[in-house]
Amino acid sequence: MKYLLNTATIEIFPEKCTGCGMCVEVCPHEVFTLNNKKAIFQDRDSCMECGACVSNCAFNAVAVNKGVGCAAAIINSMITGGEPSCDCSGSDKKSNCC
Amino acid sequence: MQELRFRSKLENRIPVQTCCSVSLKTTPAWVSGNVATPIGSVPQVSTVLSGTDYWEHFKCRTTSYRNDYTVNPGLYAVGDPDRNSDVLVSANYKYSFDSLRRELKGLDVWILVLDTKGINVWCAAGKGTFGTSELVKRISAAQLDKVVAHRQVIVPQLGAPGLSAFQVKQTAGFKVLYGPVRAKDLPAYIRAGYKATREMRRVNFSVSDRLILTPMEINPAMKKFPLYAALVLVLFGLSPSGIIFKDAFTGGLPFLFLGLVSVFSGALLTPVLLPCVPFRSFAVKGWIIGLLSVFILTRFVPSLNQQNTYLLIVTYLFFPQASSYIALQFTGSTTFTGMSGVKRELRIAIPTYIVSCAVSVILLIMFKFTRWGVI
Repeated sequence: MKYLLNTATIEIFPEKCTGCGMCVEVCPHEVFTLNNKKAIFQDRDSCMECGACVSNCAFNAVAVNKGVGCAAAIINSMITGGEPSCDCSGSDKKSNCC
Repeated sequence: MQELRFRSKLENRIPVQTCCSVSLKTTPAWVSGNVATPIGSVPQVSTVLSGTDYWEHFKCRTTSYRNDYTVNPGLYAVGDPDRNSDVLVSANYKYSFDSLRRELKGLDVWILVLDTKGINVWCAAGKGTFGTSELVKRISAAQLDKVVAHRQVIVPQLGAPGLSAFQVKQTAGFKVLYGPVRAKDLPAYIRAGYKATREMRRVNFSVSDRLILTPMEINPAMKKFPLYAALVLVLFGLSPSGIIFKDAFTGGLPFLFLGLVSVFSGALLTPVLLPCVPFRSFAVKGWIIGLLSVFILTRFVPSLNQQNTYLLIVTYLFFPQASSYIALQFTGSTTFTGMSGVKRELRIAIPTYIVSCAVSVILLIMFKFTRWGVI
């Protein structure tokens, strides 16, 4: 299943890529593959902008406008301002740390 | 060396009390014993889920019970783990924790539960509560460096959006290994020497995955139904001499029924049929299913078929778009929709909804006016 084409904001900066393969490993949708020790897109349109590749790339070779693909969150953020987040269930009542 | 020997005390169910790993006031049924470690005893958990666990999972899938269903963060033992056993990281949503422990039959491993405020791994990773700082904090609070001799933790792959593996290594000295997406693949992943197959790394979204999510799509939509029903009944019952109950019901019933049809086509049919419905946009998919449902039902149930032209137009204008709006909410539950895509949909969908709602209201007013002989 694939969502809207050409909407994902993901980018690779090949000059920074060391070919470590971390992005290939963490991506849940096989967006990347390695080619000649560089990460390249194999399925860019499957990117859901979760940001796993970005936070796990030690070389800043990937960038994406990370966010939740949730209509309720985005409508909420349009009304209240701020970034869309999935805080609709809101359960920040307790912390069990000692 | 004496203190480094780990003993499992399966036989005696003493209340679990440890310092910084986990503190439980009463021993839950899923705690099967304690495992002694250099930092104190660690609760040992069962790998078999009870009827109560399954009943609670059912409630999580259908009600807001899920909003407060947690386990205490900290270290837990499965089987009889020792200094060389693997450490699996999980979230403190009990459903997540249960989904992990039931896949660990026959294994001797540690589970390190992060405080994700009762949210599952993937969602918490998106929010950052399943994140680098929480993992680093939890590794140190559980004194993991004293419990195990190795320096690595296995984190579910879907925790990756919240984590930075290289930062965890720098700060806590523990290497993060990204395990498979699904807990059921963990034994195979560990056997293969911490190697995940392509299949283990991919997120799926099968018909059963989608179906199990639908009760919590229908539920919030139905919460708004009483308000909608009240508006419909008042509107149809309203007359210059007050509200006529007979008119409210005879006129309002088709609209009430079609309201339910919209909810079920947007919150149940669209999610289940998702890949079979043409177009990629959820708003369009929901609209198509809504339109088909309204069309088919009005063929089979003649009383739903409006004779009045205004009402007929409203039937086809309002209800398919209500289904579309509800279907759009499902983007929040899928495994593959991104924020930029949803924003693009909304830029077109929201103005469309506003216009069609406004037109529907105007048509309904005109309907009432013709009824009252004003026009």
